[in-house]
Amino acid sequence: MDKELTIKIGGEAGQGLVTIGSVLSNLFSRGGWYVFSSQDYESRIRGGHNIFQMRIADDPIWAMSDRVDVLIALDRETLYLHLPELHDNSVVIYDGEKIQAPPSGKVKLMSVPMDRIARESGGPILANTVALAATVGLLGYEIKYLEDYLRLTFGKKGEQIIRENTQAARRGHEEALRICREKREVCPFQVRPLDAPTKMLVSGNEGVALGALAAGCKFYSGYPMTPSTGILTYMASKADQFGVVVEQAEDEIAAINMVIGASFAGARAMTATSGGGFDLMTEGFSLAGMTETPIVVVLGQRPGPATGLPTRTEQAELQYAIHASHGEFPRMVLAPGTPEQAFYLTAHAFNQAEKYQIPVIILTDQYLADSYFSLDRPLDPDKITIDRCLLSEEELGRMKEEYRRYALSETGISPRTIPGQSRHLVMADSDEHDEYGHIIEDRETRSRQAAKRMKKEQMMEQDILPPNIYGHLKAKNIIICWGSTWGIVHETMKKLHDEGEDVAMLHFTQIWPFPSRQVKDLLRDRDELICIENNATGQLASIIREKTGMAMDEKILQADGRPFSVQYLFETVQEVIR
Amino acid sequence: MLTRDDYQGTKEAWCPGCGNFGILNAVKKALLDLQLPPEKILMVSGIGQASKLPHYLRCNFFNGLHGRALPVALAAKLANPEMTVIVHNGDGDCYGEGGNHFLHNIRRNPDITCIVHDNKVYGLTKGQASPTSDKGFTTKVQTHGVFNEPFNPLAIAISMNCSFVARGYAGDLSYLAELIKKGIQHKGFSLIDVLQPCPTFNHVNTFRWYQERVYHLEEDKEFDPGNPLKAFYKAREWGDRIPLGVFYLHPRPTIEENIPALQAGPLYRQKIQPNRILDIMEEFYASPGEKPWLRGR
Ligand SMILES: Cc1ncc(C[n+]2csc(CCOP(=O)(O)OP(=O)(O)O)c2C)c(N)n1
Ligand code: SF4
Repeated sequence: MDKELTIKIGGEAGQGLVTIGSVLSNLFSRGGWYVFSSQDYESRIRGGHNIFQMRIADDPIWAMSDRVDVLIALDRETLYLHLPELHDNSVVIYDGEKIQAPPSGKVKLMSVPMDRIARESGGPILANTVALAATVGLLGYEIKYLEDYLRLTFGKKGEQIIRENTQAARRGHEEALRICREKREVCPFQVRPLDAPTKMLVSGNEGVALGALAAGCKFYSGYPMTPSTGILTYMASKADQFGVVVEQAEDEIAAINMVIGASFAGARAMTATSGGGFDLMTEGFSLAGMTETPIVVVLGQRPGPATGLPTRTEQAELQYAIHASHGEFPRMVLAPGTPEQAFYLTAHAFNQAEKYQIPVIILTDQYLADSYFSLDRPLDPDKITIDRCLLSEEELGRMKEEYRRYALSETGISPRTIPGQSRHLVMADSDEHDEYGHIIEDRETRSRQAAKRMKKEQMMEQDILPPNIYGHLKAKNIIICWGSTWGIVHETMKKLHDEGEDVAMLHFTQIWPFPSRQVKDLLRDRDELICIENNATGQLASIIREKTGMAMDEKILQADGRPFSVQYLFETVQEVIR
Repeated sequence: MLTRDDYQGTKEAWCPGCGNFGILNAVKKALLDLQLPPEKILMVSGIGQASKLPHYLRCNFFNGLHGRALPVALAAKLANPEMTVIVHNGDGDCYGEGGNHFLHNIRRNPDITCIVHDNKVYGLTKGQASPTSDKGFTTKVQTHGVFNEPFNPLAIAISMNCSFVARGYAGDLSYLAELIKKGIQHKGFSLIDVLQPCPTFNHVNTFRWYQERVYHLEEDKEFDPGNPLKAFYKAREWGDRIPLGVFYLHPRPTIEENIPALQAGPLYRQKIQPNRILDIMEEFYASPGEKPWLRGR
């Protein structure tokens, strides 16, 4: 990495810092830079102390850095709280007419009269546009890119809004240039557009939603809960264009039952929630298991128990996902690490759900759901196959006998059809049932149907996604992780490599059914196994031990509601392996 | 021409003399009168004695969880509006465990018919009070008798502008069959609360007790189901005289009609084209003109 830069924007909720952050992310991404941005916010709508951070680089990046190069302080608290994170060359942008700056030490303080310029250009609401433009100016990015962008995003809001914003932007930009001139120095970081292809900027939630749209999800029902609400709003925004029915349910119980009803009636269907909402869904999850209705449920983790830290991150629902609900039935649990993985895994989830007629969970968390990542290559719908595994009309036409929804079979999978599509009747029951779907109580039928359902697990082995290996598996030290920590651990591993450490990384995207055989093969005779998880108990480590008998040598765990930092992991792994 | 045999399901497992038999017969009669082919009917039910009814018919069915029939039925209807969707619940099922779904589906107004077998007791769990049990009803749980105000489904539905609100009685088969027919033909959410004697656990609200009290709303020449205040007044009438019939009609657009995605027909028939996401890829690049995802295509 030749060049990289971290910008941190801090202020109260409602001051528009997310707008500044997303516009900057978009501008740089358009300019060919790799961008990674994440948010750190409190569970309130106004006030509080919120952060939007963004790291840009000319090499792929998947995690945040600890050092801050540019701090945009929209309030006094940000200025004082984050001064210690700055280094000698850091630049601080703030409004000196409103906030008194502390004696600065070595950092460069740039006072831009954001509030005054905003008021003169149309109103105080424009202050974030001024801050945005000043930053753009400081970094040497041409104002025309910002103007283009403003026109693009405010286009629908009318001429006056565009005019006011453009004026505020121009003045903020000029002000930054003037300050640089007067102080006779340029910002140490210059971020001109690169001669590189534009990057695609996607969040984890968008990755999931795009995967669902590509896979033909036609019914989506959800109840708002951070961090999965973004999927609900995204699906709603595309509902008309893609012919999706999107319904806000009265609660999560209704949401999952709706998804089951829609799937039974033939639509690919999905819901997304978080731990507390999933608690309410477990009854319905079990219904999907018993009725063998294919559904996809996104479980966006956040720290619990109960309401926990509503807007923060944790990976503490892995064991829950694989065990949730009463009774025994097969399920699948997938855990993407990037929006790209989220896209392909979500599409995969729909196919697997229908192939095996099971519920599938996609485990994300706040860190993955709300962070924006630059993708090098566009998401490729050509790589997505649609496999509905339904009886064809010819097959239905040829069927002489009555249709049996739960017919016994070698594989445990019964041929599936949709009610109303042919003369055949489809009967499903949450009670134990016979092959037709009628309620039974006798032990033989129960045993047969229960065995039929569980049998599918054997066949599911053939589709199992083994963990991905990064680096050389002959390495002395293997770092193991799953889901959203992919990027952070990946960067840590690269850094360790550069330092000459003998490490490789194993990342799980499928947790259930667990790839036991593959893991046993991969990890046999390995020296040092280190598991990194964003939880307090090492949930993946326990599963590995249960399924393979292999114990971790070390576990690096963190459950403070925040993602790991690369710096911290780097140091901790180094300590552990020495 | 469909005959009664076309709707014949498996053998009923209700107690002799149960009011559910009357409801089942009325449902069969209504389906027969309407000549609805079994493969175009989807019965959705929850859990309870009432909810077993779909098994005793020949049709598509989804027998789900206690209280959860309505969300399943709503979504099935949205996925395939060509199906005639009929829900069977008990009073505990629909007004107790499923109360929230009951309220919200009245608001949504899907074109489904919701038949509640109201025996004012929990049958399948052997005789506890239900939300509609009369005051003073004693059970092994309500040992001092029910002192809660009974849930009044009709009054609540009317107050929420439910588009079709009716009450039938299991002992008045042809009248009930007519109500069910009207409910199925009505476009929108049709609530049909059916007074259902449970000779096993409810010794208060028996056939005899109802026989002495029920009357048809048509007897009152003044009555107009378009008038919410009159309907509300009638919905509160309970005691010596108990009205049956259509209490309230409030035609309004259904949720299906309001969803643009359904203009193209049932969801299962709509083609899946992964490539269509390319249409929105631009939003993630935000760089006008450049379309790397189309390169080489
Ligand atoms: C979540 C849940 N809670 C409780 C039960 C047990 N249960 C089965 S039927 C029933 C009540 C049935 O009463 P009602 O709905 O009035 O129907 P009826 O049997 O009287 O027709 C209950 C509580 C259950 N199956 N699921
Ligand atoms: S318990 Fe009551 S409702 Fe249930 S079958 Fe017997 S009589 Fe009918």
